[in-house]
Amino acid sequence: MIAFLEAILIMVVLAVVLGAVLGFAAIKYKVDDDPLVDKIDEILPQTQCGQCGYPGCKPYATALAAGEAEINLCVPGGEDGVRKLADLLGKDFVPMSAEVQVEKPKSYAVIDENLCIGCTLCLQACPVDAIVGSAKHLHTVLVKECTGCELCVAPCPVNCISMKPVPENLTSWKWHYPVIPLKVKKQA
Amino acid sequence: MNSRTIFPFHGGVHPPEFKDLSSGAPIAAAPLPSKLVVPLLQSVGNCARPLVQVGERVLKGQKIGAPDGALSVAVHAPTSGIVTAIGPAMLAHPSGLSEPAITIEPDGEDRWIDRQPLDWRNVEPRIVREHLRDMGIVGLGGAIFPSHLKIVEKGKVKTLIVNGAECEPYITCDDRLMRERAEGILAGAAIVRELLGAQQILVGIEDNKPEAVAIMREAIRASGLPADVGVVPTLYPSGAAKQLIKLLTNIEVPSGVRSTDLGVQCFNVGTLYTIWRAIEFGEPAISRVVTLTGNVERPGNYEALIGTPLNELLQLAGVRPQATGYVYGGPMMGFELANLDIGLSKAGNCIIVRDAVHFPPRPLEMPCIRCGKCADACPIELQPMDFYWFTRSKRYDKLEQWQLFDCIECGACAYVCPSHIRLVDYFRYAKSEIWADERQMKAADHARQRHEFRQFREEREKREKAERLAARAAPKAVEANSEAAPVDAADAERAARIKAAMERAAAKNAALNVESAPLVEPPAAPTEPALDEEKAARIRAAMQKREEEKARLAAMSPEERAALDAEKAARIAAAKEKAAAKKAAQEQDKAE
Repeated sequence: MIAFLEAILIMVVLAVVLGAVLGFAAIKYKVDDDPLVDKIDEILPQTQCGQCGYPGCKPYATALAAGEAEINLCVPGGEDGVRKLADLLGKDFVPMSAEVQVEKPKSYAVIDENLCIGCTLCLQACPVDAIVGSAKHLHTVLVKECTGCELCVAPCPVNCISMKPVPENLTSWKWHYPVIPLKVKKQA
Repeated sequence: MNSRTIFPFHGGVHPPEFKDLSSGAPIAAAPLPSKLVVPLLQSVGNCARPLVQVGERVLKGQKIGAPDGALSVAVHAPTSGIVTAIGPAMLAHPSGLSEPAITIEPDGEDRWIDRQPLDWRNVEPRIVREHLRDMGIVGLGGAIFPSHLKIVEKGKVKTLIVNGAECEPYITCDDRLMRERAEGILAGAAIVRELLGAQQILVGIEDNKPEAVAIMREAIRASGLPADVGVVPTLYPSGAAKQLIKLLTNIEVPSGVRSTDLGVQCFNVGTLYTIWRAIEFGEPAISRVVTLTGNVERPGNYEALIGTPLNELLQLAGVRPQATGYVYGGPMMGFELANLDIGLSKAGNCIIVRDAVHFPPRPLEMPCIRCGKCADACPIELQPMDFYWFTRSKRYDKLEQWQLFDCIECGACAYVCPSHIRLVDYFRYAKSEIWADERQMKAADHARQRHEFRQFREEREKREKAERLAARAAPKAVEANSEAAPVDAADAERAARIKAAMERAAAKNAALNVESAPLVEPPAAPTEPALDEEKAARIRAAMQKREEEKARLAAMSPEERAALDAEKAARIAAAKEKAAAKKAAQEQDKAE
């Protein structure tokens, strides 16, 4: 009988101690944000273009983490991005969704200075504050900061914003994948 | 012949040398070309900033480009003449891209600017470093790394290694330089040794250059320097810095460690010569010795001004008709030139004119059979075949784990591959992909920061605006305590107004017995007082009274009533017109 009580006592003490430790840990090491969202957000290209149907990269990351979105919606991320998301989320690779447009070369916005009326609509649309200007004054794009999201193109009432591909320079130049030239022999 | 012990490195290959083609003739000075296209990108860092303008007359040795950033060096006019253009010109680079260059038309006088030797023994090391940077001194072995950055603080380096190995086939410019200007090289080495505080100088020369070895030994004896010549076996890539250090000192420089941390620093013979000229004579780096060889009539070495168009340079050697291409650099690490209208750069140690016999078209690439020959040949002891597989499957994380970035792209693996796989091309591709990924990640981080800041700013602006409004509304509310309508009472006000209007209509109907009820009055009618929740009933009553009064008035004189109605109708019509005009304007805006 004593042994039985002793066993019960040990179990109770253990439960209390471990419970306290777990409870303490739950409060002390509480993770507020979903770490997965940040990890996904790191993969996304941060153009904030909304082509995925979400109002920015973070909302798309949140939807992905919740399992509510497909992994193949990010246009600027391209197939490489899909592959990385598939790796991270343990999903199978899926080709880019047919609804979204084909991949484009990285580009930046250019404001035609002769047409700009200084309406500030593009300023409000730019997710990264890459356009400077004020009401009734000429606006211009900070090329270095422009992510090429094209969000400023639609709001312009005078259609003075166009997208230009980023020119290649020595830092952005890449070696090409080795291609083996094949000779076509003419049949005699 | 060899007095020093040599410590062999792993791997290496021994391709046919073809050095005797060009090693026999002494260095000849190339004549002044018709124009000089001096690239502003002459170091591993940023492009130099141009200091001259089109049309300006420059003197030989005048600084025409100022260094921009830590890894950049100055650029000088190679001869006197007139600046005819500043703008993008094709670069001697595998990409074939254009970068800013200054074009100078020589006036034929070749007039020097006032040259100032540096009293290097009596000035701070910082001044010497700045002098070398302003003289445009970079590594002439091909890496064009700024030399002033290699002269680290005194006492760190014990051994100065002079790199005269020249391990790539065909190239003989360092060989000729050692044979003809050994004293200058050693004078440069003596300066660098003293600046570094090094105890000894070791000259590494491959055993296929016995004349250079003998002359350097003789010059060392004459100079009395604590120097020695180490004759290393002819095995490519013995001229790579880490391999030469291993050969001469048995020190293996581990991955991610700089040789200076192990007390060794390595300088090319050509670089030491230009350092000597820059310090003792104040002559900037405006020329270099370049080997012209391969399928040419007169192969040899020429001292050519930086910026000399390559086609004019090759005319000196006489290109034979069966040329199939031009290689800039050696056959192992050089690259094919897209065209010859390019100015000679400081990296240009050799131009090889290819022919079909010595440079046959590459055989077709066959599948990798995992024979491991590439791993045996790799001087860094890497696993090229694994790199190859990882590159093909785009496993860049694995490539980094397998230390792809230790690869010096020497090409020994591709040389021995029995399947003729262009291994180095794959590695270069993988490296630039990884770098591009890194750049993209950095750009994304930057964009994220800016986006988050924008969101924060918008929040803050909204909050500040609300606070401002509240602050402005508070005194007004106190002032007009009975009449001012609080925001939450808006609904009640509207409801009361509608009720009042309905009652008014009913009263009118009753009083006048008109067929159609009048329209609800516009909400912003000036006669309507602002309403309060509690006052609703009172105001309703007042309005009813007013309506009744109005009705009575109308009933009393029908002419007056008709006039009032007409006025009201006119007002409504005007408002409607105004709204239509506004809408049309908006639509027009949108259409534009």
